[in-house]
This record gives sequence, C-alpha cells and structure tokens, in this order.
Amino acid sequence: MSERHPVLTMTAISKIFPGVRALDGVDLRLFPGEVHALMGENGAGKSTLIKVLTGVYGTDSGTITLDGDEVSFSGPMQATAAGVSTVYQEVNLLPNLSVAENIYIGREPRRLGAVNWREMRRRAQELLARIDLHIDVSELLGNYSLAVQQMVAIARAVDIRARVLILDEPTSSLDADEVAQLMRIMRQLRDDGIAIIFVTHFLDQVYAIADRITVLRNGRLVGEYLTSELPQIALVEKMIGKELDALERLDEATSGGDRATLEQGTPLVAADGLGRSGSVAPFSLTIHQGEVVGLAGLLGSGRTEVARLFFGADRADAGRLAVDGAPVAIRNPVAAIDRDIAFCSENRRTEGLVGELSVRENIILAMQAARGWLRPVPRRRQDELVQHWIKALSIRPADPEMPVRNLSGGNQQKVLLARWLITEPRLLILDEPTRGIDIGAKTEIQRLVAQLSDGGMAVLFISAELEEVLRLSHKVAVMRDRQLVTELTNDDSLDAARVMQVIASGSSQEGSVPA
Amino acid sequence: MSTVRARAAGVTSHRLFWPLVVLVLLLVANAVYRPSFLSIELKNGHLYGSLIDIVRLSAPLILVALGMSLVIATGGIDLSVGAVAAVAGAVACLYISEQPDQNSLGVVLTAVALGFGVALLLGAWNGILVAGIGIQPIIATLILMVAGRGLAQLIAEGQIITINSGPYKVIGVGHLLTLPFAIVIALAVTLLVAVLTRRTALGMIIESVGGNAEASRLAGIRSRRITFLVYVVSAACAAIAGFMMTANVSSADGNAVGLWVELDAILAVVIGGTALAGGRFYLGGTVVGALLIQTLTTSVYAMNIDPQTSLLFKAVVVIVVCLIQAPAFRARFRRRRSVPVTPVEPVGTEKEQVPA
Repeated sequence: MSERHPVLTMTAISKIFPGVRALDGVDLRLFPGEVHALMGENGAGKSTLIKVLTGVYGTDSGTITLDGDEVSFSGPMQATAAGVSTVYQEVNLLPNLSVAENIYIGREPRRLGAVNWREMRRRAQELLARIDLHIDVSELLGNYSLAVQQMVAIARAVDIRARVLILDEPTSSLDADEVAQLMRIMRQLRDDGIAIIFVTHFLDQVYAIADRITVLRNGRLVGEYLTSELPQIALVEKMIGKELDALERLDEATSGGDRATLEQGTPLVAADGLGRSGSVAPFSLTIHQGEVVGLAGLLGSGRTEVARLFFGADRADAGRLAVDGAPVAIRNPVAAIDRDIAFCSENRRTEGLVGELSVRENIILAMQAARGWLRPVPRRRQDELVQHWIKALSIRPADPEMPVRNLSGGNQQKVLLARWLITEPRLLILDEPTRGIDIGAKTEIQRLVAQLSDGGMAVLFISAELEEVLRLSHKVAVMRDRQLVTELTNDDSLDAARVMQVIASGSSQEGSVPA
Repeated sequence: MSTVRARAAGVTSHRLFWPLVVLVLLLVANAVYRPSFLSIELKNGHLYGSLIDIVRLSAPLILVALGMSLVIATGGIDLSVGAVAAVAGAVACLYISEQPDQNSLGVVLTAVALGFGVALLLGAWNGILVAGIGIQPIIATLILMVAGRGLAQLIAEGQIITINSGPYKVIGVGHLLTLPFAIVIALAVTLLVAVLTRRTALGMIIESVGGNAEASRLAGIRSRRITFLVYVVSAACAAIAGFMMTANVSSADGNAVGLWVELDAILAVVIGGTALAGGRFYLGGTVVGALLIQTLTTSVYAMNIDPQTSLLFKAVVVIVVCLIQAPAFRARFRRRRSVPVTPVEPVGTEKEQVPA
C-alpha cells in the first residue's frame, strides 16, 4: 500500500485559537481506497484538523496537497468541488426543506434554467435506495429522526463525486443496524477507490473497518499505524497517553453496592402508570436513594422521553409520580428542581449549555435559577464552586471566564454535570452523558456516577452502550418501541446478551427507523 | 470572540472603540465649524453649552434604549416604546390640564404616577402577548406601536393638550445641582438599571434566556417571567422618556411624541455592541450609542446641513459606524491592505468553536 501515492497529505499543520493551541505540527496522509481512522480524545484536535482540511478554518502554518498539488480551500463548498466531502458530527442539513432538496441544494437538476423537481425527487429516491433507505423524499427532513437525517447527509456527500470522504463521528447517533448499514456503504465506497477519513469514538468500529489509524493527542501527532499492527489496548494507551486500568478499578468500586439495603424504605421517586400520549406509553418505575437505575433500549425507544417526564421537561398526561412517598405534580423543570431532581440532557448544545455565557456562568446557572434573580450567588462563592469543579472534573482549559462554546464536547459535558452537581440533587438523571466523548472523560464520568451513588445519590442512567449501563446500574429498565418492557436486576447472571435479547425480542420492526 | 490578531490589536478591538472614535470626530468637526461648541459656562448656577444640550436632548433616547437593551438581550424587540411614551405623556398632561392648580407639586406627582401606571399596564400587555401567548415580539409590539398612537389620540380627544405647569416643566428643562434635570434622571435610571441587572443575577439570567431559551428553561429558569419583566421595564423607561418629551414643550401631541424613537433606540443598542439575536448586553455601550445618535442629529442642525440631505447624512454615518464595528468587515479591509499571502481568515467568527 505504501508504494502508492497518497491522494491527500497534510504536513506540519498548526492552528491556534485564542487561549488554545488546537493543532501543533500535525501530519496526515491518506491513500486512495482506504479507510483511515482519525483517533484521539476530546480536544485532541480531530475536528479542528478536519475543519482546516475543508477550509472552514485557515491554517496558521503547514501545507495541504491533494493529488500532489498544494491546495488551500476557502470553505467546504470549494473543498467539495475539489472532491473532498464531509459529513459532520452534528447533522448540517436544513430541517425545513425536503429530503430531496437537502440532497441537491446548490446543484439542483435544471431544465431550461428552472429546477426540475421531478428529476430531483427521482434521483434522490434512487440515491437513498442505494443505501437501503426507503423514505418519502418530498417529506420535510425535520420530520425524520436524527439517524435518518445522518444517513441523508452521508448520501448527499456520497453523491457528490468525492475522492476523499470525511465522516466525523457519523455513528454516534445511530443504532447497531444503522451502523452496520453505514459500514457496508463505507466498504462499497472504499472499493470504488474513495479515501475515507473516519472519526469515531467506537473502537470496535475502527477495528471492523479501518485499514490505518492516525492518533492525535492534545493537538499533536502521536503516530500513524496499520490497524493490523496496533492492538486495541495499545491504541487506547496512545490516545490517553497513560496506561489506564481505571475501568477495572471502577468495577470493584460498584460491586460493593448491596441491593437488599437499597430497596429498604420508601423509594425516593416512584412513577405509577406515568405516561404521555405520542411520547411514551404509561410505565411504572421506582428509584431508591443511592440506587443507579439504567435505562437501556435502542435509539428512539423512549429512553429520553421517560427522563423528560421525571424532570417535568414534558408534561405527563397519565399516571402519578411520588417523591418520598408523597404524590407530586411535576409540571415543569422548576417543580422537579424544587424536589432535588436534576437532568443532564443528551443535547448539550441545544438543551444544555448557553454557548455565549462563560464556563462559570453555565455552572452556577441552575443554582442561581433556584435562588431567584434577587439573591445572586456571591461572587466569591461562585469562584470557589467553579474552581472546585473545574479541578474535580478536570475541565480543560481551566479558564472559568471562557465562553463555554469554545470547549470541546467532553469538557462541555463536564460543565453541564458540574452545573447540576453544585445543586446537590437527590436524583440525577443523565441522558447519554458519555456520548461523543473520549475514553478518558468517559471513565471519569462513570467513576463519578459510582461515587455519587455510593454517597447516597439516586441516578437514572441512560446510555446506548450496554456495557456502560451494566457496569454502573443496580437495575436495568429496558425500553422498546416507547414502552418500558421489563426491569432486570443487575446481578451476576445478567449480561449484555440477555439485555439485548429483551430489547430485540418481539420487536417486529427490526432494522427500520422510527420516523 | 476576537481573533488572535484582533486581540493583539488591543484597544482598537474593544467594541466601543469605533463608536467612540466617530463620536469624538463628530465633536471635533462641530468644534472646527463653530469654536464655541466646546465651551461650557455656568450661568445662574446652571451649566450651559452645546455639549450639555446634546446630553440633555439625548436623555429620552438613553432611557428608551436602556429598556430596549434588556428586551433585545432576551432575543426580543419592542417597537411600541414610542407609542408608550406618547400615551404616558398624554395621560400625565391630560390629568394636569384638568386640575385647577397646575402648579401644585401634588398634582404633578399624581399625573406622573398615573402616566407611569398606564405605561406599566401597556408593558404588561406586551409581556403577556410575548411571554404568555407566545406571539413573536416584533408582531406583538407592532400591535401596540400602532394601537398606542390611537390610544394617545383618544386620550387627548384628537387635540394637542397644552399645559402650563411649572413643576412638570422641570422634568424637561429644569436644573438640579447645576445639571439639567433630564440628565440627572437619565443618569439615575441608568444606574438603577445597571444595579438591577448587574448587582443581582437578573442580567445573567436575561442573557441566558436570550442565549438559549430551552436550555435556560431546563436549568430551572422561569423564562416567561423574565421575558414578561423586561417588557414592563422597557415600558417604564419609555414612560419616563415620554414625560421628558412632553415637559420639554409643555404639551402632548399623540402623533408626535416619541415618533420613531424606537428605531433610534434599536440603533443605539446595536451600536453599543448588543446583538439583535439576544444574549450578552452592554448598558454602557447603549448609552454611548444614544449619545452618538443625538450628537449626529444635533450636528446636522448646527452645521446647517441642507435639511433635504440631513437624513441621508445621518444614514451614511450610521452605516459607517456599523461597518467598522464589525470584526468581519475590518478583517477584510485589513487583508486587502496587506498584500502578501495571508491565510484565509475565518469570517463570521461569532459562531467559531474549538471543537474536539
């Protein structure tokens, strides 16, 4: 493979943001017909490198050559025209346009100058059929699930005559079937000679498909390796930069939890036939003090909807909720917070943080809201709290006054966690707290959850990763098709296979995507 | 977010640098045209001079713009401030005109309280439409912008109410501690709003609601109350401005009081660095913006610029201020000047992120 000429080389790329050296002399080479995984922790510089390549950012130094010619794209449009297409982590399409319009925007098929709508729809239908996605292309994109939107984004990038296809965490919101489907598409494209840059946090996917791996750490290049010559554990070490047996230590920490004592007394929170039409079918679930309840299920199975009902983010239209045995009506988040319930949304940017405000302001926001605007948290107290949690969660960069939007995803997640931890909740609801963040931060958050529950906090833990749910939870509630189908006690006999069986059994719509 | 280069440029990148430069240039131009422009003298214990006049005349705009800053920070807009000023002024003047002793301080205080009360109701109306019913702010306040003018005329029965009240006139043209009373009021209200927003958590909560309303709701902020509150504050500010404007001329003309002041106020807020999309707001910037606009208006008259071209002149200056204030525009200009190969600078740095 190495005798061939690379289609793309990036040499000694550096990029500096205010207060952050995002990239420092990074190299990357990409051969035609290979899947090249770009790996690294949050803040390692993966997304920045990609944005430099596609011209979203300019470089501060370094060169990019495509087919031997030096290039410098002024933006994604120009990069796309040169054959470098990108599908970003967060879907970058227009939900208020139809699927077909999204695919062909900017390059609509025309006849006599006018847009040929019928041709556009026909081509879009064909294109999506190639990746086994059978949906109505004249429907608004926003009416489809995030997973479908992601697939449309990929279809769009594939359709443009790409020689280099960049997939920036395309799988983070897809379920197993969709991931398999995507991998099939990737192999197909690779065999057609397209070079694919694949950014992901899922190691299994890397080893399933990538030919070569480039590892970044803290904006620097660690090295380029053939996948076949780099064992998983070595890869993790290179990404984190230190040997890590934290996961094993974590197992010891949680195994101490004794279910019998936990279940004594009245449950902290008890839902009885709680539900909301069109959102989640009535369910019953109890959470005791110090208990971690895992919520497992496929994407769109109703996990988030359950969490939102507990927090009052949506209003329940059926059933009852009791806190400390007393019935309560939780109609809005304020009512939930009054009862010491906290909720970290899975959508950090849209439902979690206020990007323009500083790290400090974001952290004290919930505490301040609970006190009311007339009783500001004294500045000294704010600084103490913020310093403490920046240190405790190792939020980087450790600058309390930096606008939170300048932080990487994992650090943003920690800021959101800190916001709720300073309110000292009795029930902490975590919706996908480790999605899209690196192994180091993931372990830190898992360990924190274990510590908190040991300290008596109840946690409702939602995650697409079964291993994670099983590692942390005392019991696991399984969701399927917007119904809570069963509760499983997490004893020695429970393993991922059994949970998966529950998720899958009876599900007639396997492989289809809830719209 | 400033780029590294802009930060290195130091002072020039401060958001108030260019508005202040233009303000100083305007003052210098006036001084060159008429050297006595800068002189301030003390007559009968009162300060007089063109500079004092500019600040006095800008007082109503400063008041309206302060309220507007808070509304804009929540991501809204209040088009009804001019109409609210007219209604408040009309209510106060009507009450005074019906009293036998127009010079009684009690009468004037009652009149001001009445006008203020009506304005608070109008603000609450805006607040209910926006926060309660969820109508888009521009539409909700447009209703009162139009209806308020009608209301003001209804109150005055289609006439211009003329009054002859010494104490009321003080609001517009009186003096306190050598300063025009209007300046003292504007100063006091500015301080009050600053304390209200920055010494409490109100300012941060307003910025949070404007920055991300859904995230704020899920953090336990009662966004609707905050939104409601800013429209009430905005109307209260407009009412005080209305008293000033009617006291200035001792009459209330429902059609003329505060006409188009909402547009000047929006402009002042934007020049001051607050984004129309909501989020961070800057009260100091708003005051500078209001002073700049009034200086411009005064200059047009003082320098005998042909009335037919004065509006265009004003427009040109405003466009220049807005453009040189925009980092993207300055970056483009700088790049064009420095010919050698400069890397492409990101345009639209507002949305820039340092991602994973």
